Amino acid sequence: MSRRIALAPLDYANRLPLKLWLGGVLLFLYAPLVTLIVFSFNMSKRNIIWTGFTFDWYRKLFGDADLLAAFGNSLTIAALSTLVSVVLGTLIAVALWRFRFPWKPAVEGAMALPIVVPEICMGVAMLVFFARVFPWPTDLMWPANLGAIIIAHISFSFPFVAVVVRARLSSFNREQEEAARDLGASETRAFLDVLVPHLRPALISGALLAFTLSLDDFVITFFTAGPDTITFPVKVYSMVRFSVTPEVNAASTLLIVITVAFTAIGLWIQGGDVSKAGGHG
Amino acid sequence: MTEARTLIEIEGLSKRYGNVTAVDNISLHIREGEFFALLGPSGCGKTTLLRMLAGFEVPTEGRILIDGADMSTVPPNKRPVNMVFQSYAVFPHLSVADNVAYGLKIDKVPAAERSQRVAEALALVKLEGYGARKPDQLSGGQRQRVALARALVKRPKVLLLDEPLSALDAKLREAMRDELTQIQMKIGVTFVMVTHDQDEALAMADRCALINNGLLQHLGTPSELYEYPANRFTADFIGSVNMLEGQLIADERDHAVIDVPAINGKVYLDHGVSGATGATVWAAIRPEKIEMLARDGAHSPTLNDAPAGHNLVAGVIHHSAYLGSETVYDVRVGEVLMKVLRPNMRRYDERGFDDGQPVWLHWHPQAPAILMA
Repeated sequence: MSRRIALAPLDYANRLPLKLWLGGVLLFLYAPLVTLIVFSFNMSKRNIIWTGFTFDWYRKLFGDADLLAAFGNSLTIAALSTLVSVVLGTLIAVALWRFRFPWKPAVEGAMALPIVVPEICMGVAMLVFFARVFPWPTDLMWPANLGAIIIAHISFSFPFVAVVVRARLSSFNREQEEAARDLGASETRAFLDVLVPHLRPALISGALLAFTLSLDDFVITFFTAGPDTITFPVKVYSMVRFSVTPEVNAASTLLIVITVAFTAIGLWIQGGDVSKAGGHG
Repeated sequence: MTEARTLIEIEGLSKRYGNVTAVDNISLHIREGEFFALLGPSGCGKTTLLRMLAGFEVPTEGRILIDGADMSTVPPNKRPVNMVFQSYAVFPHLSVADNVAYGLKIDKVPAAERSQRVAEALALVKLEGYGARKPDQLSGGQRQRVALARALVKRPKVLLLDEPLSALDAKLREAMRDELTQIQMKIGVTFVMVTHDQDEALAMADRCALINNGLLQHLGTPSELYEYPANRFTADFIGSVNMLEGQLIADERDHAVIDVPAINGKVYLDHGVSGATGATVWAAIRPEKIEMLARDGAHSPTLNDAPAGHNLVAGVIHHSAYLGSETVYDVRVGEVLMKVLRPNMRRYDERGFDDGQPVWLHWHPQAPAILMA
């Protein structure tokens, strides 16, 4: 191959300076994460020198009742807030898509606000809200005692669901819904039989988005959590305050794996849908 | 066919959106078992009318009766009417058979009867063996057949078709045109079709309603619309026409004369038109009803069916368009260009007409349609 041939876009990665640049970027992005994961298997308690491979920290992790409780809380909060966020986000998206009403732009803007408001502000706002306006009782049975955190999580994750669902709605052919009505379906039936199947990929990826957002949220949770309602990220933070032990590494690794897995599933479902959508006229 | 009873009664139907009147006080009856076309240019209100029949729009005024029952405000799922949508609107997540079965499932038709009716419907539209396929494995024409089967399987009293052929390519359109007509004759269901294509309407429909600006312009059979248009809009919309504006200078029981300054001549008719003398009227003459003869000298040719000089004008061929089966000539007569259509007899009749050639144009005293509006 002559070197004079113009390079195709993907061939630029073959040039040495660009290769170095790419390597640098990847190193910058992933070196901390790789270090974190590698040292979660380190035998030494001090996190600096590699002394040998071990699963001890993971064993210790799973023996830590507080940590497991925090993990259970996190999963419960994520599951419940996801459920509500998907329903709420979908209904809002459908309402904004279908109807024209006064103040619609204002409603749309208000809905997107939780996406742009700094998390710390949301956190403080939630703290004030639950302290003064709507005190959530702290002595309730599990999982009702998580209510405040769940409400806070719903408030920042349902707009993301709404955005994803809204995007999907734009490709919906309304004649399909009319066809269902024409063939005898009630409005509810047409919604469930035609619109929901169309929205399915958006519902799944919206749910996964809401789930991962909730699972690894620290800031807002920190402000709304009580002493008995510690979540996994908050627990990890409290562990770090004493010392960064390999146990923290192990816990973080676990969280990374779960988050990446859910995100990958979400992307895969959306990607699969995009390639299929091309087949329709 | 003329004995058929009325199935759909549309009475004083109007639909307004704010200041815009989409359908303006339309009244018409559609007979049982007839293939009816709602024809008109885009935006004329024909689709709004169809959607009111389906139940997707509620009339502002007037009412719709189907089989004697007032349907004006009945929701679409409670009407004895089914529709084939312009985009077909086949459900992409369901197989062909499930698409067709959808309406029957909602009606809680027992599974055995359901599958039998689905098979019948698929056979009717020639899609046997396609039941397990998904819509994205079908061509556009096949998807339309699914939509047709899905609507017909419910045995509606009326089938509504919204621009059924507009998305198909030319060859397929012609085939589907014949097939729709055949299916309609076979099952005898009343079809109401919306189209902007006059050829489609003329070829398929038993009767057409021509609509413009929300108003019913002309209701009649295709040949009535073409040969006896009610007004200038109808004459102009259906086919092509030479519209000669003139004054009615004589109108007796057995003849009428219209003075047309633009062609420096008069149009003679062998019948009265019951108009007011001196009124402005229009003589609409179809291009194929004009005969063209070569003009060598000054003397007129001998004509069989008209007194010499009647309905004979001199012109010069300005331009001709060879269309294969026929040739359309633009002939300059006075101030206007008149269109003349001659069937193509070449190969054995080489007498052609060339651009720039002087010609006589002649038409029968019954050829022009006289329009008062």
